[in-house]
Amino acid sequence: MRLSVLETKRLAACLGLGLLLAVITGPSGSQDHPSSGIRGSLLDVRVVDFLLFGLVVWALAFGLRRARQTEAVSGPTAQLRQTVRTALDRRGARPTSYLAMLLVAILVPLALAPAAQLSLFLDIGIYALLALGLNVVVGYAGLLDLGYIAFYAIGAYVTAYFTSASALPIHAPFLLNPFFVFPVAVAVAALAGIILGGPTLRLRGDYLAIVTLGFGEIVQILARNSDGVTNGSRGAFGVPGLSMHLGPLEYVFPRTKALPYYYLLLTILVLVMIAFSQLERSRVGRALAAIREDEVAAEASGVPTLRYKLVAFAIGASTSGFAGVLFATKQFFNPETFSLQASILVLTIVIFGGMGSLFGVVLGAVVLQGLAYVLRDPIPFIGFQVADADRFIYFGAVIIIMMVFRPQGLVPSRRRSREIKLSEQGLGHADAITGASEVKP
Amino acid sequence: MSLLELDDLVVRYGAVEALKGVSLTVEEGEIVTLLGANGAGKTTTLRTISGLLRPSRGAITFDGQPLKNIPAHEVAAMGLRHVPEGRRVFPQMSIVENLEMGAYRDRKHLKVDMERVFGLFPRLAERQKQDGGTLSGGEQQMLAIGRALMGRPRVLLLDEPSMGLAPLVVQTIFQIIGEINADGVTVLLVEQNAAQALRRASRGYVLETGTIAMQGEASALLQDDRIRQVYLGESTGDEAQAG
Repeated sequence: MRLSVLETKRLAACLGLGLLLAVITGPSGSQDHPSSGIRGSLLDVRVVDFLLFGLVVWALAFGLRRARQTEAVSGPTAQLRQTVRTALDRRGARPTSYLAMLLVAILVPLALAPAAQLSLFLDIGIYALLALGLNVVVGYAGLLDLGYIAFYAIGAYVTAYFTSASALPIHAPFLLNPFFVFPVAVAVAALAGIILGGPTLRLRGDYLAIVTLGFGEIVQILARNSDGVTNGSRGAFGVPGLSMHLGPLEYVFPRTKALPYYYLLLTILVLVMIAFSQLERSRVGRALAAIREDEVAAEASGVPTLRYKLVAFAIGASTSGFAGVLFATKQFFNPETFSLQASILVLTIVIFGGMGSLFGVVLGAVVLQGLAYVLRDPIPFIGFQVADADRFIYFGAVIIIMMVFRPQGLVPSRRRSREIKLSEQGLGHADAITGASEVKP
Repeated sequence: MSLLELDDLVVRYGAVEALKGVSLTVEEGEIVTLLGANGAGKTTTLRTISGLLRPSRGAITFDGQPLKNIPAHEVAAMGLRHVPEGRRVFPQMSIVENLEMGAYRDRKHLKVDMERVFGLFPRLAERQKQDGGTLSGGEQQMLAIGRALMGRPRVLLLDEPSMGLAPLVVQTIFQIIGEINADGVTVLLVEQNAAQALRRASRGYVLETGTIAMQGEASALLQDDRIRQVYLGESTGDEAQAG
């Protein structure tokens, strides 16, 4: 059997993958001998295992491709795929699957350990909410916002200011129940979004990204350095938990348990998803889609582009601020919580899950944040324990693999799939973030 | 009073003066064409009229109202629709969705107007559900013009509608521009295809490096020796390509 050039390249890539894995899982180097890790992992018998592994991966992929070529039209899996597709297209299939997912989201946490429940709330739930907000900015309006986490910080600090007499060096003259801070924080974050967006949303694509990046940094550094206002890097301690006092209805969310918070957040997530799906279909949503696809054409069609970009920005900011309140009532925070990394993580979740797709971004949060959580334990069956410092390597690898094989995201939005398809045919650009490129006059 | 009037318009890109005092008028019901070489300032003129660019001096008057500081989307709502250069349709929206965007400000006559556009462009009617980005160049140009018509404009600003299209399609487009004009829409047409444009237009202006170099009745310009040489390429073919 002779191999084509392409197959040879694939074989080389698979063997390379094996070598990479050998280095990743091998011994680490030391300060005195930085390269000893590489020597220890490559010039060792174990490297044979990894090369064999690469060979097996290649053979499997090669075999599968062969099988698929002959089977694409008539084979059993083709039939199965067709059945699944028609089942999903059937009327009522979507609501049913939504309900099923909701049930999973309600029931599964009951069976989890307390630490996992907390992670479900803090890492997955909150980031899903953040991603939903950023999705309006990036997915609907096509604006690249790299300082998104700043609004989250604003929400958290506003909560500390209004609810606690001791969390920050300063506090409001009257203290509020955290529930009443939601509208305040949302308003303050939206206002911050408008103040930032007003002068900067005239900028396009990359420029906007840089300005928002700067804004995020400014907010974080302000929080770190304003000792007398934000308590500096010591952060805010002792923000009271959520509690309800509505006549006969009295409920204090226990600080030590995560589940009540989680269910509250789940309710909010469902409401936000319903609201945003309405937004997407509304007049504003159509205007945002037009702006994303071609800003000049939108403006020439009578769409007030700047105003709608501001609206998208403010909606994203207020969602972020809202998440900040929820977060502050459960968890200690300091300026490091609101780093650039957090902004980028939210953006990654949006892109990974599927820009413009509500279920996609929530699922993106579940998969990416869930992955980070699961990697803390030894991997089941193999028993391989990922070192703490290595976790991000796997994280990155998952994202790279995903972007290569499924750039439209886990659950692509209808529009996003079309964009990718068009760009594959050379009829457009899938780079929707800077979609509305200006033709030079 | 003219429907559209430009008075001593100056537009700068940074230090570069793209328009150095352009004055022109468009009367109600006319087709006026604006000719000129690349970089003469034709597109700049249209973009300034429609509010996408701000002039640093001069005045634009539409139906007696000054347009100088009105944003582009308001200008569009006033009945002055710009079809930008390079057929900018919304690539991931279907033909119907594209046309609906054209009626974004006022959906009262959506149905009637869409039928009218489909009447003008039967090619679009056949492909209603198809994405804008998958259409051919000619179809995209038709869609861009159709989308502008959805706003019931009084004046249509067309920026090089024939650019990059096959000769037969160019014929169709120009014919339809004539039909639109016959329906009472005033047209300001920027073109490099000078012969076609002058044959359709009643009057013409020639821009050269930011100033109006020549103006007059279209029939007179068609006969003018310099125009024939530089823009119709009757003596040297190369220059017509460049112009």
